Amino acid sequence: MQSFTQHTGIVAPLDRPNVDTDAIIPKQFLKSIKRSGFGPNAFDDWRYLDEGGPDTDNAGRKINPEFILNQPPFDKATILLARENFGCGSSREHAVWALDDFGFRAVIAPSFADIFFNNSFKNGLLPIALDAAVVDDLFNRVSAKHGLEVSIDLEAQTVSCEGEEIASFEIDVFRKHCMLNGLDDIALTLQYADQIKTYEENRKQTAPWLF
Amino acid sequence: MNKAKTLYDKLWDEHVVRSEDDGTALIYIDRHLVHEVTSPQAFEGLRIAGRQPWRTSSVVAVPDHNVPTTDRSQGITDPVARLQVETLDNNCKEFGLTEFDMSDVRQGIVHVIGPEQGATLPGMTVVCGDSHTSTHGAFGALAFGIGTSEVEHVLATQCLMQNKSKNMLVSVDGEVHAGVTAKDIVLAIISELGTAGGTGYAIEFGGDAIRALSIEGRMTVCNMAIEAGARAGMVAVDQTTLDYVKGRPYSPAGETLEKANAYWSTLHTDDGAEFDEVVHLNAADIKPQVTWGTSPEMVVDIGAVVPDPDDEDDKVKADGMRKALAYMGLEAGTPINEIMVDKVFIGSCTNSRIEDLREAANIAQGKQVADNIKLAMVVPGSGLVKKQAEEEGLDKIFTEAGFEWREPGCSMCLAMNADRLESGERCASTSNRNFEGRQGQGGRTHLVSPAMAAAAAINGHFAKI
Ligand code: SF4
Repeated sequence: MQSFTQHTGIVAPLDRPNVDTDAIIPKQFLKSIKRSGFGPNAFDDWRYLDEGGPDTDNAGRKINPEFILNQPPFDKATILLARENFGCGSSREHAVWALDDFGFRAVIAPSFADIFFNNSFKNGLLPIALDAAVVDDLFNRVSAKHGLEVSIDLEAQTVSCEGEEIASFEIDVFRKHCMLNGLDDIALTLQYADQIKTYEENRKQTAPWLF
Repeated sequence: MNKAKTLYDKLWDEHVVRSEDDGTALIYIDRHLVHEVTSPQAFEGLRIAGRQPWRTSSVVAVPDHNVPTTDRSQGITDPVARLQVETLDNNCKEFGLTEFDMSDVRQGIVHVIGPEQGATLPGMTVVCGDSHTSTHGAFGALAFGIGTSEVEHVLATQCLMQNKSKNMLVSVDGEVHAGVTAKDIVLAIISELGTAGGTGYAIEFGGDAIRALSIEGRMTVCNMAIEAGARAGMVAVDQTTLDYVKGRPYSPAGETLEKANAYWSTLHTDDGAEFDEVVHLNAADIKPQVTWGTSPEMVVDIGAVVPDPDDEDDKVKADGMRKALAYMGLEAGTPINEIMVDKVFIGSCTNSRIEDLREAANIAQGKQVADNIKLAMVVPGSGLVKKQAEEEGLDKIFTEAGFEWREPGCSMCLAMNADRLESGERCASTSNRNFEGRQGQGGRTHLVSPAMAAAAAINGHFAKI
């Protein structure tokens, strides 16, 4: 997993609540057996005017000029700003892979759906939940200054913009540690293999029907 | 004396292998359900790292999302979908996992076959790379959806790193009126909580109206816990649960069953246990529900009209409503029962069990699908549901009324196979998500119960049942 320490980048405002994972990566792309290559189809239904499939050459497709990520400089954005309950719906990790592949390193919203939130950490995409009022303020700042850049410092747990710290955010100690160091959490868990085996042995006695 | 615990507390505590200081816990997973869409990258990860599954007997795999619901003798024609299903077959062979493949009569939607086989049991932790894993909570199990990285994590370690959720009780008090189904109950709950109301919570559904539901109905309710934002939904174990579980292929028998029953009977919230949040609904107030927008919380009852964004004070919400109405091609003020539909889909892990099919057949019996309906399809949740329905003659009722009777799978719930809406088409669907493009790009979905879907097929529009 790629680590995340500090990041500064352009913020793309996606002014919608309840952006679901079906919207982030539509189902036809889930047929892939790979983990990469979803970026060109992130937000496919909103981004293109014609319908695409896993085999479509995206270069030849009709772009929707209204969609924010098609408007420079947001096509180079690395931080996504959205409204509440971002990433709701399907558990598809492809949504995170698509955002990551597009170039996003962080998503800022007032709240996130649980599974999306979890999946993000597994892929080095930092979800930052901020107060609705702070998010609102960020939307205003972004519309006042086209191409506004924001800086995120995971170590300090802060978000800054134009040299001013505008918010601090919460993150679990364990998740922060894994993100900062880009750790593979399977290897971490396997350090406790003996404890898992002991647990299993006990369960075999008390609940044999589970084995 | 021990502190009084909620059902969720009990399930959680039983599965903690170790805890970190910050509360993060390593929890043990008893049952891992696997399907073709969210697993290939996890198996690939295992291979790359040279790891083996920790406990192969915990896994049950099945292809469901991509499978055709028409004649399967020719296999899958879409080469990309075929490769994904074959990849699952090959991964299961390579790693020695149980799979009900496409030709197996036990094949079906992962959340239908788990319980049907007794692979889902009370007290278990059940995970699957699918958000509707919450369905299995109907058995008094802790069941939740995970992403592909976590699928790999469970395969490799049999465990997951988790933070404990907060406890919420949703109590549906009293009795529902005749014609009000489990689907209507859960849509009414989502309407009350909102799509993010359950975020961060594990929801226990209780109250007389939930107790009165069959296991199938409880599964419908728990299935949509995720649509209220909760990763897990659950219902306490009672005699209904024990009766359902008994005698299934994966269920224990004899002495072990007795021992299990004794333990399972303790799986309920203790008197005096505290919830972080309690929500009450009056069952008698719940009427048949129909969604009008692009989020499951955008729902009203059959007697209502499409709501007006101008009446909403919250600016972000009103804006969301306008976008939804534009997408759905609806005008505020339109009576719900005047909305004409083009297609009808009865199926999905929410409503494709035998009871759902009976409910729909009951409405369709002796009637004809209306002329404006381009397609009305019934997709049973599993091969065994299909077989049972055919034994009961339900397939005849449907086909004689003009419905198509299909092979089991996810089908038009997410339209990964050929079953889908064309742009602008309007569908009465028994599935769980009405997001933009969910059933096909530009398609318009109204979530309803099986009875309402059948009524829409017969009348050509939503109708009082
Ligand atoms: S039926 Fe629909 S919701 Fe259920 S598992 Fe299949 S695609 Fe997901």
